[in-house]
Amino acid sequence: MAASPFPGSEKGDAMILQVEGVSKRFGGLQALTRVTFDLPEGQILGLIGPNGAGKTTLFNVINGVYPSNEGRITFRGKDITGHRPYYLAREGIARTHQIVKPLNELSVRDNVMVGACFGREKKNLVEARKVADEVMEFVNLSVRADQLASSLNVAQKKRLEMARALAARPYLLLLDEVLAGLNPSEIDPMLETIRQVRAQGITIIMIEHVMHAVMNVSDRIIVLDYGQQIAEGTPAEIARNEKVIEAYLGDPRLAERLMERNR
Amino acid sequence: MPILEIRDLTSGYGEVQILWGSTMSLEESKLTSLVGGNGVGKTTLLRSIMGLTRPWSGSVWFEGKDVSKLSPFVKAELGLVLVPEGRQLFTDMTVAENLEMGATPQRARPHFNRNLERVYGLLPRLKERKDQKAGTMSGGEQQMLAVARGMMAEPKVLMIDELSLGLAPVLVLGLFEVLFQLKELGITLLLVEQNVQMALAVSDYAYVLSQGRIDLHGPSRELAKNEHVRKAYLGL
Repeated sequence: MAASPFPGSEKGDAMILQVEGVSKRFGGLQALTRVTFDLPEGQILGLIGPNGAGKTTLFNVINGVYPSNEGRITFRGKDITGHRPYYLAREGIARTHQIVKPLNELSVRDNVMVGACFGREKKNLVEARKVADEVMEFVNLSVRADQLASSLNVAQKKRLEMARALAARPYLLLLDEVLAGLNPSEIDPMLETIRQVRAQGITIIMIEHVMHAVMNVSDRIIVLDYGQQIAEGTPAEIARNEKVIEAYLGDPRLAERLMERNR
Repeated sequence: MPILEIRDLTSGYGEVQILWGSTMSLEESKLTSLVGGNGVGKTTLLRSIMGLTRPWSGSVWFEGKDVSKLSPFVKAELGLVLVPEGRQLFTDMTVAENLEMGATPQRARPHFNRNLERVYGLLPRLKERKDQKAGTMSGGEQQMLAVARGMMAEPKVLMIDELSLGLAPVLVLGLFEVLFQLKELGITLLLVEQNVQMALAVSDYAYVLSQGRIDLHGPSRELAKNEHVRKAYLGL
């Protein structure tokens, strides 16, 4: 890649997203503490951490559901801090939800059209329908197009979440546990779909608990624990990182103390 | 004969399958731990053993009898008791009242005074606070109360879901020491824990649950050294 395609960014290696010192508090709870990272365009970034670490909160701050208490978020060279989700959808940030949120009374096609209508390209209904058909084909939902969204099974609903997000034609896609609730045979096809999305040039951040999957598909991984960014690196580096092992497995020193006291 | 045996249990919620055939057995008077990462099905397994979530297939055997179809309260009567995740205390009741609520099974009632003395002896903090409303106590004290309430049910098998979740290290150490004392009373314990290091340090035998399947089990001491445990968590 030559010069950065984004205004205001001078790095040759284009950063599509820059998160600088982002903090979020809910009352007395510090959910995120000065989270900072750069995301190069075209990468898959895995976001992992124990329950309650702040992963979904970080998504909610990036796509504008919650305003942050401090820090700055730059997307494609533009300061987007504090902007609302509908604005960010038009700027090119789309997401899926951990608890799927289909519009149950609409058909699968209509659900996907919603993404196209309110996304980056603000399609009219005729165009939105074309986009929807194309995206449904891509995620393998075409045969379900005329079914009510409520009639889909879990794996199909996860694909619908993804289709609706993709219909918004995002530059950046935030995936919140798209593998959760899938059975083992459904996981690999979903990972393949994620890889294909990236192959289209879309940058991805994915929150995932299915560790072998996230380790397998991510270029880089960030680990959150109690709202703090405790590690960042390649999957191999993360798996060796002492702080990460401690966050997941517990503190070995505390376990030693327990053993000593009861010898 | 194991006191509690789970054979090839499958279970889930709605159409989402969580457990894909889990088999485990608990030896009497031993402390067994069940460890595994987020969302692998640990709580679902406990709920399915208890009958709070209906097993799809497979069976649960308690003291040699098939109890798969029995209601949770009937199982509690038999001596199979669960300390649920997130404590589920009666927060507007006092500590003493919560303990009384724990003693509802018929078999526990005649031993009420002995059991109360026992838990107050084990957890003197609760005695000091017996007239305080449960909801006003610290997280660690509430967790003590949840375990104590389970003790009041006169359990033969006490299953504890997430003993240490969200608690400061110094409290965690104290709570785990209580487990040793419960074991000395002859109670069979099944501990579900995210803190693997602590669970393996305290237990005799351990099962590692990964994506709804038991993929590793053995004496805790051996598992503590096993690279596969780290793999189960970190996927590499």
